[in-house]
Amino acid sequence: MEHTILILALPLLSFLLLGLLGNRMPHRLAGALGTLSLAAATALSYWTAAEYFLAGRTADGTFAELMPYNMTWLPLGDTLSIDMGILLSPISVMMLIVITTVSLMVHIYSLGYMKGERGFQRYYAFLSLFTFSMLGLVVATNIFQMYVFWELVGVSSYLLIGFYYTKPEAIAASKKAFIVTRFADLFFLIGILIYGYYMGTYSFTPPMTELMTAGAVLPAALLLMFIGGAGKSAMFPLHIWLPDAMEGPTPVSALIHAATMVVAGVYLVARMFPLFIGYAPEVLHIIAYAGAFTALYAAIVACAQTDIKRVLAFSTISQIAFMMVSLGVCTGSDPHEGGLGYMASMFHLFTHAMFKGLLFLGAGAIIHAVHSNEKSHMGGLRKYMPVTHITFLIACLAIAGIPPFSGFFSKDEILVACYSFSPLMGMFMSFVAALTAFYMFRLYYLIFWGKSHYEEQLALYRSGECSHEPHKPHEAPWSMTLPLIILAAVTCAAGFIPFGEFVSSNGEAYTIHIDTTVATTSVLLALAGIVLATIMYIRDGSRVTRIVNWALHGPIVAAYHRFYMDEVWLFVTKKIIFNCISRPIAWFDRKVVDGSLDLLAKAVQSAGTLVRPWQSGNIQTYCIWFLSGILIIILVLLYMA
Amino acid sequence: MNYIQFFDMRPEVALLAVYLILFMYDLVSAGRYRRLFHPLACMLATAMVAVTLSDRSTFTLFGGMYESNAMIVFMKAVLAFGSLLAILQAHKWLRSEHTFYKQGEFYILLLSTLVGMYFMLSARHFLLLFIGIELASLPLACLVAFDKYRHNSAEAGIKYILTSMFSSAMMLYGISFLYGTTGSLYFTDMVQHITGAPMQIFAFVMFFAGLGFKISLVPFHLWTADSYQGAPTTVTAYLSVISKGAAVFTLFIVLIKVFAPMIEEWQTVIYITIVASITIANLMAIKQHFLKRFMAFSSISQAGYIMLAVIGGQADGMTAMVFYLVVYMVANMAVFAVIESIEWKIRGAVRRETCNGLYRTNPKLTLVMTLALFSLAGIPPFAGFFSKFFVFMSAFSAGFCVLVFIALINTVISLYYYLLIVKAMYMMPNEEPVPAFKCDPYIRIELILCVAGIILLGVCSFVYSGIDSISFGM
Repeated sequence: MEHTILILALPLLSFLLLGLLGNRMPHRLAGALGTLSLAAATALSYWTAAEYFLAGRTADGTFAELMPYNMTWLPLGDTLSIDMGILLSPISVMMLIVITTVSLMVHIYSLGYMKGERGFQRYYAFLSLFTFSMLGLVVATNIFQMYVFWELVGVSSYLLIGFYYTKPEAIAASKKAFIVTRFADLFFLIGILIYGYYMGTYSFTPPMTELMTAGAVLPAALLLMFIGGAGKSAMFPLHIWLPDAMEGPTPVSALIHAATMVVAGVYLVARMFPLFIGYAPEVLHIIAYAGAFTALYAAIVACAQTDIKRVLAFSTISQIAFMMVSLGVCTGSDPHEGGLGYMASMFHLFTHAMFKGLLFLGAGAIIHAVHSNEKSHMGGLRKYMPVTHITFLIACLAIAGIPPFSGFFSKDEILVACYSFSPLMGMFMSFVAALTAFYMFRLYYLIFWGKSHYEEQLALYRSGECSHEPHKPHEAPWSMTLPLIILAAVTCAAGFIPFGEFVSSNGEAYTIHIDTTVATTSVLLALAGIVLATIMYIRDGSRVTRIVNWALHGPIVAAYHRFYMDEVWLFVTKKIIFNCISRPIAWFDRKVVDGSLDLLAKAVQSAGTLVRPWQSGNIQTYCIWFLSGILIIILVLLYMA
Repeated sequence: MNYIQFFDMRPEVALLAVYLILFMYDLVSAGRYRRLFHPLACMLATAMVAVTLSDRSTFTLFGGMYESNAMIVFMKAVLAFGSLLAILQAHKWLRSEHTFYKQGEFYILLLSTLVGMYFMLSARHFLLLFIGIELASLPLACLVAFDKYRHNSAEAGIKYILTSMFSSAMMLYGISFLYGTTGSLYFTDMVQHITGAPMQIFAFVMFFAGLGFKISLVPFHLWTADSYQGAPTTVTAYLSVISKGAAVFTLFIVLIKVFAPMIEEWQTVIYITIVASITIANLMAIKQHFLKRFMAFSSISQAGYIMLAVIGGQADGMTAMVFYLVVYMVANMAVFAVIESIEWKIRGAVRRETCNGLYRTNPKLTLVMTLALFSLAGIPPFAGFFSKFFVFMSAFSAGFCVLVFIALINTVISLYYYLLIVKAMYMMPNEEPVPAFKCDPYIRIELILCVAGIILLGVCSFVYSGIDSISFGM
């Protein structure tokens, strides 16, 4: 498995090449370099996966955890050290596949989407850096290496979100994303340090003796780590950065917000799952409740958004929360008894990455065609963009949980896990799933059905009321539609992967079986959501819509404003923290700290003036000082003796 | 006598070969061949460093008067490399009107001092040691006064030679007392008769003053500022790094080989001089406006830090000392190269105010200067941080906690004045900053080497562990 290092090295090399020499390259070469190196890394990932899973299980029925590379990077003590290496386990190999696949699609897609943009090479350099950091995160052999790459992911996402650095909104969004996730990472780091201090290692499998004596420390450390994960995975109330991060180029949204960065938190919890389940099940349940609330919150907000990328952003928050819930409702490590959620979560991560990537890339194609994010500029696009339309519909059906698309299978497993945890949780999540179907089809109808904005504008232009001819929407170039078709194909097929054979909570093979009651109810609920959306949005201004808008006016406005969460955060930071904490500290720093340093500086300055006459320039004086120096030293020595 | 022994001294033989080739070339070359003189000198110096490094064996010659081992050879290579940097830096100066015709003399004088330093390092007999020191000092006086038509340079030369003679006299006086009380001049014989009697203490302090002059420790430092300021900048750089480095290393060897029984006494002496050197030099440095004079005081305080490694007398101290010298060499040479470049542009002495706004016109040069100053101040992640750290560690493990604390406080003060220059370059407004210019190509090579050293020496831990594997102590 030595070639695994290349999976990391290729994106890094391509980043260095493009970053250092990109400006001297033509756009095509830069794009080809980035895409080809990632294609090679993707091929290697698939090879690795094939080799890993075909190698067969060990005697105890699990896949062996391999470490093709591990070196001590920074020894801190006898046992404690920071290592760097590559760890292959079922979930890390699965993540390699997910990341490289989606990233490759985004690379190809961007060839068309970003064509002719200023900073094209820089864009590809950042994409490579991001992919490298994300790959390093998932193959980390220990929690500290994970943290290092975790921060690299944060930096590279900052660079990508703020790619259009001349746009003030983009800069604000990138700063917001960085600061919010960084704030959460602070807890992560504290958790890591506590973990390292008490466990004596940063490895994912601490020694048994330390675990036995840890007591309440381990749950505390794990909870802190989860807060870090909640920041990256946009759990309420740390989700505020994600909708704004849509200011980045759309393919970047697809990469960061569908398949990679936002699932890092889920991956973290999954990685630490044996510790959670064995020593801190209560923390796991906290995660479940936090996730359930986030899922509902984001789904409601998504119903009221008008910017299509924001809808997708809130849908992502909601779906990530599904994964978190699924992990959180686990009560044991046997997949047959309480451990199903682990497998379901990873499965959903896998399928969601594909169909959400597809949705974002489809949205990119639409935005590319109509030059706007607002739903009011869309409508009736199905005639103009057939490929995008069909693939988008497939993704919508998948996320709504309609068989045979992949989302159905994974969501079904999650719901089964929730019902086995508690019926209330199951019903709650079923309701959120129905809501998902509703808002996704609302989005779908608003984009592809209803009155065509283009045709309206054209009519106005022809009647002379509008001076400029509207831009006719057109299908995207092949470089953009090809990834859509590939991802759509994957979305159709992925549900039939026997996922439990590869990934399960205790590593043993698990055969997925559909629970007919849960499946039937969830499909019926999803269909109900779709029907409601059809009634309300297939034509503009239907009566039902008007009635609903009138009846629920207040809640809809509140949801449109995301229930004022950003304002709450601004109030907490600007009004409370700035005034009550920062101002006094700033005063102390200016007056007391700086003042005492100024005093010291003045004292040193005047002492300097004092010794200055010594340097007279007169050589006789120099010799006298020389001699007296000798004599003084001799006297001191003799006196001491 | 077995003359074949001479060929065992590979560093010295290589140096002598280079010396003779350059001497002959100076005599025979004329016209356009003259232009090849400098490249030839650089190439030969490079080859000399390589040959010097190739020798690693341990042996003694001439009945124990001369000793060589891996560490000594490494130190010689470091000195040779420093001389190479100085030669690179000298290019433009040597092509100028008043020095062009005596270009050869520069190489010859420089290499003569290097021969002296080689013998200082290898000498295990006080007579050879004294000859080495004198050989390293006298040609240096000529170099300091090399621009003899310039008033400053001549004055600096005079000051240097007079104080140098004074300190040599002191040292010789001390050596004669040592001979009187021990009956020998061989290190190995003398150490058995060193008891710490008052006469020997007297002799030791005299001897210490002689080397303290070369290292420019307070109170033997007063010549430093005047000579550094007056000497041609290349020579100042050479004085501040190579000459100092050789003297520190020699002092370390003599302390552990000869004065080992008097460890209490010499630790006290070094303690006093360290505190005096770093404190007084720091206080003086703040007030300086001429950069070369400022660097003189900076080098005095740096000498104090180096002595922290000497005070323990242990092998880890030697490692820290040699590492510090290497790091200090690249940083200091970089600073002087930048100063010299600016001097050639403005045709005059560089003041701190001259640097105001330099960043706007010469960003790359400013960056190099900043890196070098950061390294001198000991800011991580540059090599200077690591070298200071190791020096402090060695003094700390020898039990000098208070001393380390004093040195740490002084590090903060030194940060202040190093940053004054950085601040001038980046932040101070200036109506007429030094116009943009291109450095001399040789200086550019030197700067690249130095910057590589500043950045890599600290990060590449094998340098330190390599030095550590060959160092020795009491």
